[in-house]
Amino acid sequence: MALLGSFSLLLALALSAYSFAAGAFALLRKDHPSSERLAETARRAGIATWVAVTTAAGALVVAAFTNDFSLAYIMQHSNRDLPAAYKFAALWSGQEGSLVFWSWLLATYGLIMRLRHKVDVRLVANASVIVAAVQVFFLALINFAAPPFSLVKNVPPDGNGLNPLLQYPEMVVHPPMLYLGYVGFTIPFAFALAALIMRYPGEKWIHITRRWTMVTWGFLTVGIFLGSYWAYKVLGWGGWWGWDPVENASLLPWLTGTAFLHSVMMQEKRGMLKVWNVWLIFSTFLLSIFGTFLTRSGLVSSVHAFAQSGIGPWFVVFLSLIFATCVFFYMKNRDHLRSEHRLESLASRESSFMFNNLILLVACFTVLWGTLFPVLSEWVQGTKVTVGPPFFNKVNIPAGILLLILTGIGPLLAWRKTSIESVKRNFILPLSAGVLTAVLLIVGGVRPWQDSSYFYALVSLSLSAMVIVTIVSEFYRGARVMRTQTGQNMLMSVVTLTRRNTRRYGGYIVHFGVVVVMIGFAGAAFYQNTEKELGKGDSMQIGTYTLTVDSYTQDDKPNYTSEWAIVNVTKGGKHIATMYPERRFYKASQQPATMVANRSTLKEDLYLVFSGINQDTGRPIIKAHLNPLVWWIWAGAHFMMIGTIIALVPNAQPMKVTSSERVRAPARAVEDSSAQIAVGSGTHFSGTQIGTSTNQVSGQSGRLASSTDSLADNPAGASD
Amino acid sequence: MRSPMRRLVPIRWLVSALRSLQLALLAVVVAFTVGASDANTRLNALGHEMMCQCGCNQVLLECNHVGCTVSEGMIAELKTAINSGAGDDQILQQFVDKYGPVVLAAPTTTGFNRVAWIMPYLVLVLGLALCVFFVRAWKHRRPALAAPAVPMPPDAAGLDEYRRRVHQETEI
Repeated sequence: MALLGSFSLLLALALSAYSFAAGAFALLRKDHPSSERLAETARRAGIATWVAVTTAAGALVVAAFTNDFSLAYIMQHSNRDLPAAYKFAALWSGQEGSLVFWSWLLATYGLIMRLRHKVDVRLVANASVIVAAVQVFFLALINFAAPPFSLVKNVPPDGNGLNPLLQYPEMVVHPPMLYLGYVGFTIPFAFALAALIMRYPGEKWIHITRRWTMVTWGFLTVGIFLGSYWAYKVLGWGGWWGWDPVENASLLPWLTGTAFLHSVMMQEKRGMLKVWNVWLIFSTFLLSIFGTFLTRSGLVSSVHAFAQSGIGPWFVVFLSLIFATCVFFYMKNRDHLRSEHRLESLASRESSFMFNNLILLVACFTVLWGTLFPVLSEWVQGTKVTVGPPFFNKVNIPAGILLLILTGIGPLLAWRKTSIESVKRNFILPLSAGVLTAVLLIVGGVRPWQDSSYFYALVSLSLSAMVIVTIVSEFYRGARVMRTQTGQNMLMSVVTLTRRNTRRYGGYIVHFGVVVVMIGFAGAAFYQNTEKELGKGDSMQIGTYTLTVDSYTQDDKPNYTSEWAIVNVTKGGKHIATMYPERRFYKASQQPATMVANRSTLKEDLYLVFSGINQDTGRPIIKAHLNPLVWWIWAGAHFMMIGTIIALVPNAQPMKVTSSERVRAPARAVEDSSAQIAVGSGTHFSGTQIGTSTNQVSGQSGRLASSTDSLADNPAGASD
Repeated sequence: MRSPMRRLVPIRWLVSALRSLQLALLAVVVAFTVGASDANTRLNALGHEMMCQCGCNQVLLECNHVGCTVSEGMIAELKTAINSGAGDDQILQQFVDKYGPVVLAAPTTTGFNRVAWIMPYLVLVLGLALCVFFVRAWKHRRPALAAPAVPMPPDAAGLDEYRRRVHQETEI
């Protein structure tokens, strides 16, 4: 296996280097008669790279399943009694294996891109060269700096086993999702750089990469939430986000990627923010690589003591090279990135996107700044300081609230310009919902003046209500028009509406998911916890729950020994559940781990941890947390995913307007069917553009001007 | 012409509004201070302002290490300090003296550490200023590729170009 794996990796490096060199040469010497054939060989070498990397990754997995402890990597991350799923997960559990996995994912993305090269042969050829360059870096890293097939001198009878914290089902899925996100941003980056290098005309590259970006963003989102869920279920401290440097590293490209997904719409529809978008996607890719560097270099201390080694300098060189390349081509071709339109009003969809981008980037900067400040402090002051949750919460909660406000306001603004009357008309209902929620919360006992966390919770929940009403009214308005058109019932109208503009309504569902997540976050303000030594029959109280220990028991499994408590939970004297908080001791790694018992409801989670046994008294210690609204976080993540999937589905039955109708009665068509356009497909309205083009066909400038204004003010039609 | 007294009215309103704000702020400060005086609340607050020193990189009261003796000892020390009647700042200083500045979960607001707190807000303000600047600049700038203000050509190719533009912006 070691020989096969090592050879495959070396072959993969040679193939990707050829793919890069031949591809680059073919593009540079495009007048040469053989350039097309050379480019085709480069593409095929890229495809062959996937075969070689897959063989190497397969060899490592087979070695894990066959307990080949002659490989240092398998010896360190597996053992004989490790369950099969975790043996498979061993592939990405350590430094070397995870780099192989990273390379394999990149090769797979590259494979899909190269197989679909007919979408635009030249653009894909350019992007393929860039992907090959990134591939060369990672393959060079695993061939020379972190080889996964190193052999041990004395083969031990058993391995050290997998880190107990990684032996959870979520950990089998979480890293691949996260890596799919990190690695996936290579593709939109490659297309963006390729489009800049070749001065690609128009916005087609954005249309091509839109799905890549959304899929990648979706994977990263799932990865982040799965990591959060794992931290909640496994680490046993009752929280879901600790602002650990490695957690932060995953958040950085997510924030810039989210900003890109929004601002790219301005380029697609209005030809604006071209420089901004190019740099946003460059930054997203750079931050993905930077996050990887942060995770593995040991630059900052992290609770994820993940495989640190001396590969840091490799990443520094690679990051510098990418940055220099981006700057070089930007400087060379920046005139190609001129905006086609101007921003006309602060009260417009464009400006809401700008502010959305600003807040997301400030949040990104804040997270990066806080993560790196300990290093900066040590460099400047000579003493290291800690930048932990209190800092991040204080500086990021206001940013989150501002984003929530923009999520509510954005859909109500039209492209180009929104009239004050329109703003007033559209804001009354959402604003009333927000104020009513605030009043109800205060009446219900939330006292924002008592604690800053209560204040933020009140603001978040009120704004969440406002945004939900905005989203629901967007669906309602559209569905009402659809019902008039099709005669369907309201529910079917919503379905048809969504199918006709999946991107817009899928986007709303993502926003809805974000709001639901925010509601879950707001619940943290009302968190309670308690800890007590409990013998058999002893009880303790948390919130409205009474916890009584029925008994303690032990078990011995091949992979671990365990002890757990049987806890009866009563509420108002009525038995509602029996819970089993557990503590395990893994034999191979000689490390303990907790298995949290969690009873989750819409209102709150009752979260029990077997903390250990008091050495003095011999009595077990049970820690209980009451975490309000946590269920909403996971539910919101599901909505975000559903929305992303819907947005990826192509539109059904786009509304067709025949050319004869356009020529004969454009003004009437626009005027009479403004709502229809809004429902059928109409996302993006530019009064001037419609006005200009249709106007000159009909010569009815006055009527058109007013009709397009009314379109611009129509929120159902103006939203995306 | 408006009388001088009439002109002073808005200033009086402003002064009284400022006074009200001052009182409200005072009330908030008092509420926070009173709330924080309770021993359990103080333990919870201070325990979340410090990091466990076992190497787990977690907040003191959230250290999840099974049987972590370091956090147990630190929490016991914290309880003792609170019961001794020491003030919050004094307690935090005691811990800094013993464990070093890394024991604090967030940078202090003194010396170079101030930069940690200022930068995010500074970037936000600068970003906002830049946004406003760009919006104003764009409002007064001619577009690079303005929509042609010529009559539509009667030929089919001209129509197709307009259709393409309408489609791009409206997806019709």
